[in-house]
Amino acid sequence: MHFIKDRGYNAPLAEGITPRSVLEQRRRFLKQLAAGGAGPALALWAGREALAQSAGPGKLATLPGARSAVSGAVTMEKATAYTDVTGYNNFYEFGTDKSDPARHAGRLKTRPWSVVVEGEVRKPGTWDIDTLLKLSTMEERVYRLRCVEGWSMVVPWVGYSLAELIRRVEPTGNAKFVQFVTLADKAQMPGLRSSVLDWPYVEGLRLDEAMHPLTLLGFGLYGEVLPNQNGAPVRLVVPWKYGFKSAKSIVRIRFVDKQPATSWNLSLPSEYGFYSNVNPTVDHPRWSQATERRIGDDGLLAKKRPTLMFNGYEAQVGQLYAGMDLSKFF
Amino acid sequence: MGAAPAGQPHGAAVRIVNKWLSHRATKPTAFVLALCPLALLISGAVHQSLGANPAEALLRGTGDWVLRFLCLTLAVTPLRHLTGWHALLRLRRLLGLFAFFYGVLHFLCYAWLDMGFDVAAIARDIPKRPFALVGTLALLLMLPLAATSFDHAIRALGAQRWRQLHRSVYAVVLLGLLHFFWMRSAKNDFAEVLPYALAIAALLGWRVWHRLRRGALHERAAGLTG
Repeated sequence: MHFIKDRGYNAPLAEGITPRSVLEQRRRFLKQLAAGGAGPALALWAGREALAQSAGPGKLATLPGARSAVSGAVTMEKATAYTDVTGYNNFYEFGTDKSDPARHAGRLKTRPWSVVVEGEVRKPGTWDIDTLLKLSTMEERVYRLRCVEGWSMVVPWVGYSLAELIRRVEPTGNAKFVQFVTLADKAQMPGLRSSVLDWPYVEGLRLDEAMHPLTLLGFGLYGEVLPNQNGAPVRLVVPWKYGFKSAKSIVRIRFVDKQPATSWNLSLPSEYGFYSNVNPTVDHPRWSQATERRIGDDGLLAKKRPTLMFNGYEAQVGQLYAGMDLSKFF
Repeated sequence: MGAAPAGQPHGAAVRIVNKWLSHRATKPTAFVLALCPLALLISGAVHQSLGANPAEALLRGTGDWVLRFLCLTLAVTPLRHLTGWHALLRLRRLLGLFAFFYGVLHFLCYAWLDMGFDVAAIARDIPKRPFALVGTLALLLMLPLAATSFDHAIRALGAQRWRQLHRSVYAVVLLGLLHFFWMRSAKNDFAEVLPYALAIAALLGWRVWHRLRRGALHERAAGLTG
């Protein structure tokens, strides 16, 4: 029996979307401003606004991104508030409560930082974070994020396709998978004292998944560099997989020929598989994955919204899994 | 439970505490205090200060208070024995009923905020998840206790049977603890479960110790006289 009217939620409401003509008009106006129609200070601000759809609170260094042209990379859904994106997330290296990362990540040192690329590549090496930042054009990608725990957000990330880096390091014919190793430093990360997981946190993708244009090497959100608690200075964002697949604060990228170990799969193999694609038809053993609660947007008493296959990116990534039994390869 | 220990000489301090506990304002004060957590949660929900996921905060908040009131209820008897504050007994029923009250709220939060009162979905969901099943069982076991918490019920059942029935509070508290433990086992994080586990172990452990000691005293007394 329903006491709450079923809104039959699926697509965003039409009145919530800015009409394209208005949007373009605004952007034209901002570009004109940026071109010098106003004083230099205003031009600086407008330049940033013309690039990034979403502006952060301005506490961190700006990192504007051009509107992405990748198919499916910019959802029109309303972005989750910056305070929720940065104040409610999982990053177990700083504690298991979702307010712990924001509380404890302040002492994470993100400079100097380098990422080692190794394994089955013709050009292994160590990449300094500042080199990585300049490797390719920064884009703003507004992705849905679905946590395996049953909540979701919409996040305006800034970064570029991981494929840009992969192409430059030239994987050999033996490279079938990519493993991501993240920072594990007891001095900076109080959560490492707990034995929740084996540290360092490791994640992995099939090479074709890693090469998919939607797979993002993320450096910022809301037009600014990543706050520490969200995986600064560089992280992975794979929007069609549960959030834990998107490794944070990456220090090593390893190209391998066999399916690499992943942290949650090592910890609870019956509950977390290697693929972990968002899939409303495959329940977690302890809860349903059919619905989700959108943080900040849905009212307290609103019905949870249905979870979409591949988190709504089926058109873009469905073919990667053609012919696979997704209840077996969960 | 709760035959008063005989023949302990009480100091003036204990007499004052008992007098305060027996004051006619004590029960209404305890009642109002017990409603404060609910008031804070409601005010947090209204003022949107429960964080990014208010539904989760309400679910966890009400659940925490079930365990807290169960511990308080179980603390009455040991406290009376250890301190001589016998008038605490007046508050035990109120504390137990508030454990049940927050248990009902906890279930309503789940049924409403998580499941939108979809009865069929709830019926499918609970048996699938052992921790939810155990929690539901604990709440169901509290039902007969709440239903027989009136003086009239005690008289109708007879003190002996009433006391036997109300011993199921031990099962309730252990199931509630298991519910919390299993819920947290996903994250291997028992930091919040541990204090409850220790408190419940102490409260139940004291009862075992007390019973054993009383048995030994009886035997000794029997040995002396017989």
